[in-house]
Amino acid sequence: MAENPGAGGALTLCQRCHQRPATVQVATVVNGEKRERRLCEECAREEGAFHLVLTPVFTVQNLLGGLVGQGVGPLRPVWGDRRCGYCGYPFQRFAETGRLGCDRCYEAFADQLEPLIRRIQGRSSHHGKVPRRGERQLLRRRELEQLRAELRGAVEREEFERAAELRDRIRALEEEARQVGAGGEGA
Amino acid sequence: MNPEFGRFSRWMEGKGPDSDIVLSARVRLARNLRQLPFPHRLDEGQAETTLARLQETFAALEEGWHLRFHRLAEVAPLDRQVLVEKHLISPQLVQEPVRFQAVAIDPGESISIMINEEDHLRIQVVLPALSLNEAWQVADRLDDALEEHLDFAFDARWGYLTACPTNLGTGMRASVMVHLPGLVLTRQVAQVFTTLSQVGMVARGLYGEGTDALGNIFQISNQVSLGLSEEEFLHNLAVVAQQIVGSERHARQHLRQEAGIRLADRVARAYGILTHAKILTSEEALRLLSEVKLGADLGIVPAPSRASFAQLAVLTQPGFLQLRAGRALSPLERDELRARLIREQLVGEAA
Ligand SMILES: [Zn+2]
Ligand SMILES: [Zn+2]
Repeated sequence: MAENPGAGGALTLCQRCHQRPATVQVATVVNGEKRERRLCEECAREEGAFHLVLTPVFTVQNLLGGLVGQGVGPLRPVWGDRRCGYCGYPFQRFAETGRLGCDRCYEAFADQLEPLIRRIQGRSSHHGKVPRRGERQLLRRRELEQLRAELRGAVEREEFERAAELRDRIRALEEEARQVGAGGEGA
Repeated sequence: MNPEFGRFSRWMEGKGPDSDIVLSARVRLARNLRQLPFPHRLDEGQAETTLARLQETFAALEEGWHLRFHRLAEVAPLDRQVLVEKHLISPQLVQEPVRFQAVAIDPGESISIMINEEDHLRIQVVLPALSLNEAWQVADRLDDALEEHLDFAFDARWGYLTACPTNLGTGMRASVMVHLPGLVLTRQVAQVFTTLSQVGMVARGLYGEGTDALGNIFQISNQVSLGLSEEEFLHNLAVVAQQIVGSERHARQHLRQEAGIRLADRVARAYGILTHAKILTSEEALRLLSEVKLGADLGIVPAPSRASFAQLAVLTQPGFLQLRAGRALSPLERDELRARLIREQLVGEAA
């Protein structure tokens, strides 16, 4: 696996567009001859889409791992140490296994996942069933976001009594969300 | 061993339109709990808590569902194997250790919910013949009932969030199990399956990913789960399934016209072996059963008097045989029992 060109090493430019920094190593096999090039993500994505048509699909897991991971696939990117802020799952593990760590990983790695999901699924937005209680979760999440913003303001203005009050409400809401998430509510 | 697992599932009775070719229809929904690591990332404490909470949830479901909750750690290894053989759970669910895995099953074995497989919950509904919509309706209602108690991981843009993005969106994998001896014998099956992959569907062997097409039985399912509604995915699958049924019927007709006596001979030989053999391996049994089933569908040999093809296919499996025998059997004992049971089922008397 190549070193991350951005971290300490000399910056290499993409061998395709010669404009953006190369972050991905791409192996292609043309007429039985293996060729390795360093590309930027945009170019790699474009070429990757092309390869996908030719790559025989064994299992989707392999396909996924191959697409984003090191090893067998056409793309061998350098991820550094990106992790999900909620569960601590490293993106590198996703590249190896095709599995994410938790539902929040989708937010944490959204920019990497988006093109991949579009490629696997052919589309990128859901048109099916929506959970009935989804709306209430959404409200709770919005309220939490608002309270956290208020808390930051209160701390900045050194309104400590107000901040303590807000902190309690946030904790209560988080606890509620956690219980619901783990199935405690109504059971 | 739990003799309760030794019965046949309701779908195996094999009644319904096109049930001579379409053995079953299955709808599976992947669901995960919000703000909790996926099963492969749960620590022991979280895994135990999750399992206990889900067990409580199932206990709290309305009475109408009649779901029995089994922690796999409390299910004998042979019984687990039987559940796999009956397609109630996946081989992945029983991979050791199984401390935090469970399954909830209804008495007719149409519904099974796997707990802590790749996702926290996998709701499965299996019905006979091409009853995809009916299976979806049951799965949908059960999903609603569970949602009364659980908060599922869901994103407005990406839908239900799953451990693997290949299940994202609806979280739905719908499949039909089809018996295609005609397409195999006329060497058209590879071509049909290549076409399938171009319309976002995939064909697998009898026991899912990476298994051989034993007994000419294939599972055809949607490969894509995001971007269409459940009904649209199901409609597409049903259309494809009907086309495959049409091709299979055409192939059978062609075989009968072009190879009448040779086909009759082949089927009659298979029937002869199954009604007289004293030992049968599961592979040989399944291969011959497939030919006899084809012969029975075409009226060349008598249909089994008691059991359906799906029941016979399950009956040939090693775990199921041992459960029926009530004890562990050596491979030779299994082959002997298998031959005897099939003989009895085909000729309708103890031979
Ligand atoms: Zn470039
Ligand atoms: Zn995560």
